[in-house]
Amino acid sequence: MSDATPTVPKIKLAGVEKHFGTKTVLNGVDLEVAQGESLVIIGGSGTGKSVMLKCILGLLTPDAGEIEIDGRPITRLSTAEREAVNARIGMLFQNAALFDSLSVWENVAFGLIQGKRMKRARAKEIAIRKLADVGLDADVGALSPAELSGGMRKRVGLARAIAGDPEIIFFDEPTTGLDPIMGHIIDELIVHCVRQVGATAISITHDMASARRIADRMAMLYRGEIIWSGPAASIDDSGNAYVDQFVHGAAEGPIRMELRKL
Amino acid sequence: MNPFRPVGHAFLAFLEATGRLFLFAVIGIGHCVRPPLYPRLIGRQMIDIGYYSLPVVGLTTLFAGMVLALQSYTGFARFSAEDAIPSVVVLSITRELSPVLAGLMIAGRIGAAMAAELGTMRVTEQIDALETLSTNPYKYLVAPRLIAGVTMMPLLVLIGDVMGIFGGYVVSVFKLGFNAQTYIVNTWNFVQAMDVVSGLVKAAVFGFLVALMGCYHGYMSRGGAQGVGQATTNAVVSASILILISNYLITEMFFAQ
Repeated sequence: MSDATPTVPKIKLAGVEKHFGTKTVLNGVDLEVAQGESLVIIGGSGTGKSVMLKCILGLLTPDAGEIEIDGRPITRLSTAEREAVNARIGMLFQNAALFDSLSVWENVAFGLIQGKRMKRARAKEIAIRKLADVGLDADVGALSPAELSGGMRKRVGLARAIAGDPEIIFFDEPTTGLDPIMGHIIDELIVHCVRQVGATAISITHDMASARRIADRMAMLYRGEIIWSGPAASIDDSGNAYVDQFVHGAAEGPIRMELRKL
Repeated sequence: MNPFRPVGHAFLAFLEATGRLFLFAVIGIGHCVRPPLYPRLIGRQMIDIGYYSLPVVGLTTLFAGMVLALQSYTGFARFSAEDAIPSVVVLSITRELSPVLAGLMIAGRIGAAMAAELGTMRVTEQIDALETLSTNPYKYLVAPRLIAGVTMMPLLVLIGDVMGIFGGYVVSVFKLGFNAQTYIVNTWNFVQAMDVVSGLVKAAVFGFLVALMGCYHGYMSRGGAQGVGQATTNAVVSASILILISNYLITEMFFAQ
């Protein structure tokens, strides 16, 4: 399908704006992500990265602009249509957001049982297989999320995100809160899983090491706008002072942190 | 500075909150009557509200009935009207004390738990996660709690009625020296269907209010652990106040001349 219409991007944002009261969080975001591409959005804390993802997921409604998936606008859908769109999207939350009233396998199978109305026994088989894909044994499935370490929670969250074989996967700060080695392992799992299901991925992070490992292409969000985007390899010679400052983590530069002067 | 400004602000904020709550309630009720429902979740909530609240409600109403008999004896004995005690106990318990005390206890026990659970789910993004997994949080979280609240509270109050009357009986017979048989006959002769029914209608309304307040404040909570704590407090306080206000209104509706 994507071969017939190669010009239609998988995800497209045009002039997306979001305000909270008088505070502008997204100030006209334009972005296109091609089919099967892995885009990493970098940017400091509070630049609107999470809000942008939530707009695409329909958890927030943008005040202006349009978001399209496969060329279809998705900003003003009915609840039922929205659920149909979300069934094609997987999301790994920052702290995994596992349901702590359910066991690990029920978490992984949740979208299959509730969203796709699959039989529990069949959904459990798939859940166990997805757990194996992220390197977890079948007996982890019976545990409760509270018994897991941070790295394991992320793995379970990843298994849940890919359980429905989504066309699009979002990763919200996938390596935050993990040690560098576990971060590296999760990155490799992400790359592996995204390739395996052939999904289009958008990740948001401020961890440059992680961004370099996951990204085909990178974009930088600053003050609610995309100020630079390009192939991941060109991040070091972007020619953009903001990007350079962020990549090197320099305290001095054009980016002003919103801190009050002491 | 205009002195009316803070007043206007407060009024507008109140209207906004009322509108938001009303909308929340309408959407929640809408999901209660439209399939698919989640029988497994409704069952779990029913057990939590109905079964595990039995000791709390039973003890509360038992002692309320006991103290009621004791106090009315003190008063009535002055003009030799001790015979009225069975009727005072049965009337007060079925019409007012059992539903109101059970409602307040459930507000503390269940309303707080609901607000804390949903609030934690909100701040740890579990509610967002539900939506991304194509599951409507109103249908999955709110509707089962509302249904369980409305159906379980009348049952609890019915048991509270029995326990309260039993409490009055125990004190009257074993402490105040009433004849057991006469006490029971008096109680039975005096109680009317309308007394019990009005109490059960109240119970259903209170159950709905407690579940609604618990869900609403939990669902809307913001800002980490402190936000969840605030939501829990708000749920209990607002449910308790609404119970007392609606108690008056329902009483007026049933018994005003």
